[in-house]
Amino acid sequence: MTLTDTLEPATARRPVDARRIEARTRVFNRVCAVVLLVFALIWLVPVLWAVDTALKPNEETTRTTWLIENPTFDAFGRVLRDTDILRWLGSSAVIACITTVGTVLTASLAAFALSRMRFRYRELVFWGILAGIMIPGQVLIVPQFREMDGFGLLNTFWAVSLPQIPTAVAVFIFRQFFDGLPRELEEVARMDGAGYWRIYLRVIMPLARPAVAAVAIFAFVTSWNDLLWPLLVLSNPDIMTIPVGLATVQGAFGIRYADTMGMAVLGAVPLVAVFLLFQRNIVEGIAGTGLKG
Amino acid sequence: MSTTETAVRPRSAAAPRPGPRRAERIGRPAAAFLAPFLVLYLLFIIGPALYGLVMSFFNTSLVHPGLGSFAGLSNYADALGSADFWSSLWHTIWFTVLTTPPLIVLAFVFALLADRAPRGRWFFRLAFFMPFILPSAVVALIWFFLYTPGLGLIEVGLAKFGLAAPVWLGDPTWAMPALAITTIWWTLGFNFVLYLAGMQEIPRELYEASSIDGASPWQQIRRVTVPLLGRTTTLVAVLQVIASLKVFDQMYLITQGGPNFATRSILQYIYDEGFTNYRTGYAAALSMLFFVIVLAVSAIWFSIVRRQEKEV
Repeated sequence: MTLTDTLEPATARRPVDARRIEARTRVFNRVCAVVLLVFALIWLVPVLWAVDTALKPNEETTRTTWLIENPTFDAFGRVLRDTDILRWLGSSAVIACITTVGTVLTASLAAFALSRMRFRYRELVFWGILAGIMIPGQVLIVPQFREMDGFGLLNTFWAVSLPQIPTAVAVFIFRQFFDGLPRELEEVARMDGAGYWRIYLRVIMPLARPAVAAVAIFAFVTSWNDLLWPLLVLSNPDIMTIPVGLATVQGAFGIRYADTMGMAVLGAVPLVAVFLLFQRNIVEGIAGTGLKG
Repeated sequence: MSTTETAVRPRSAAAPRPGPRRAERIGRPAAAFLAPFLVLYLLFIIGPALYGLVMSFFNTSLVHPGLGSFAGLSNYADALGSADFWSSLWHTIWFTVLTTPPLIVLAFVFALLADRAPRGRWFFRLAFFMPFILPSAVVALIWFFLYTPGLGLIEVGLAKFGLAAPVWLGDPTWAMPALAITTIWWTLGFNFVLYLAGMQEIPRELYEASSIDGASPWQQIRRVTVPLLGRTTTLVAVLQVIASLKVFDQMYLITQGGPNFATRSILQYIYDEGFTNYRTGYAAALSMLFFVIVLAVSAIWFSIVRRQEKEV
């Protein structure tokens, strides 16, 4: 029995049945919401618990009570004073920005050529780039490290950013998006004497904002949260990123749990803020592209 | 505008600008557009990939310049004969087995519930997705605290239900499940969002039609939602398996591969051999073996997708 086969005869009985089923569906959907709410709250517990602990004095963190009797921001003050966390946040911001701008720029330019220009070996170049999606970055750490060492770039922002900039997936996303834009747009611009650079800058890129947002956000979050590669190439505490910095002082606070959680909260705040601001873009970007770092 | 012209070839040879450009003049600008990406791509992806492959046949060491002496296949033979290689591979597979089913099933169920919930979708997205954007080091700090014996919230919570918690991170049997639980909490939001997007693409008319048919919500889920999400599930599954195989951060940060190497992952083994024991050539060979495993998973995925497309 298929849905459409029975559609016709069923409509005859509709007034009675439909109301009952609609009511049943409404109840069912409400139950769904309640069950999910319980899970969502469970999911939030670790984060809330971390914030809660960070707001306690160190002596009270060994008592597992939710109610904070003496809320205090001292833990945050001590973390800011005793660790280089602000410096790490700065490094992470610089590196993530270089990576993001580099990825968006290089990938969109290449995708523009692949989508809008005709040249020999175009398909070959495209498939050559797509093949790069298969190579997990983690497989390349050993040769990349020696390469960076050879270039004298260890302990610089460039060592972290440069390998993250060429992202095959980003080219793919941009090309898909550009292919969907109507040709007529650039025909008009070309009549006016615009060259490719002007078409790229003035016609295509302004229209490609959703693709730019998706690629930029993903490049930023991936770069910000990466641990393995920065851990290898950044040993100088002055330019460590936030994941590397936190990893190196992890455990340094011993049983001072309020300070440890204060550090975790401070380390999480910038990206959580970015997330809250761009929630819709982030979610749509991931949903639309299905990428994973 | 200067930016529109500086990167194009000098204008001296160019024809007067107005008028449509013809196909034969297209080659050079394309090279200019492709160059920034291709240069970086060759320099930092393809170059290192080939260099790594070459290195895997040499006794390269981190402390000596150059490739070192030719080793032939001995790095590969060493790796395949090494108990450490097999145990770290096994840990990685065990982690993948522990994380993949819950990360698919829970993400699907939560997305299904969220799709039907009349309100508050932004809140569910926030609750499930926010952990995904936390840096692994922050996740490690929080969960190390939650698992702390005698004091951690998990032990205290289980005690409320009269359950005795294991010494999560100190017990070789429980360390991996503990890391899996942390990972499920941390990364579920990604799959949740993929499923939610897949569900929103199902035409509402299908639900309305089936509802007129007299289908209960439960029947709708079984007959409409689940079958139409087949491709999303394949995508989620393969992305999840590859992501789980690449696990490194959690183990390195929470257990340091312990207790007694019980949670050392394949990537951490590569890291240890290459950068702690300076056996760079050997580590390159390990990377190549790991690469082959990831490629095999991708190949299986492609064959499944192809079969699905034939059926549709």
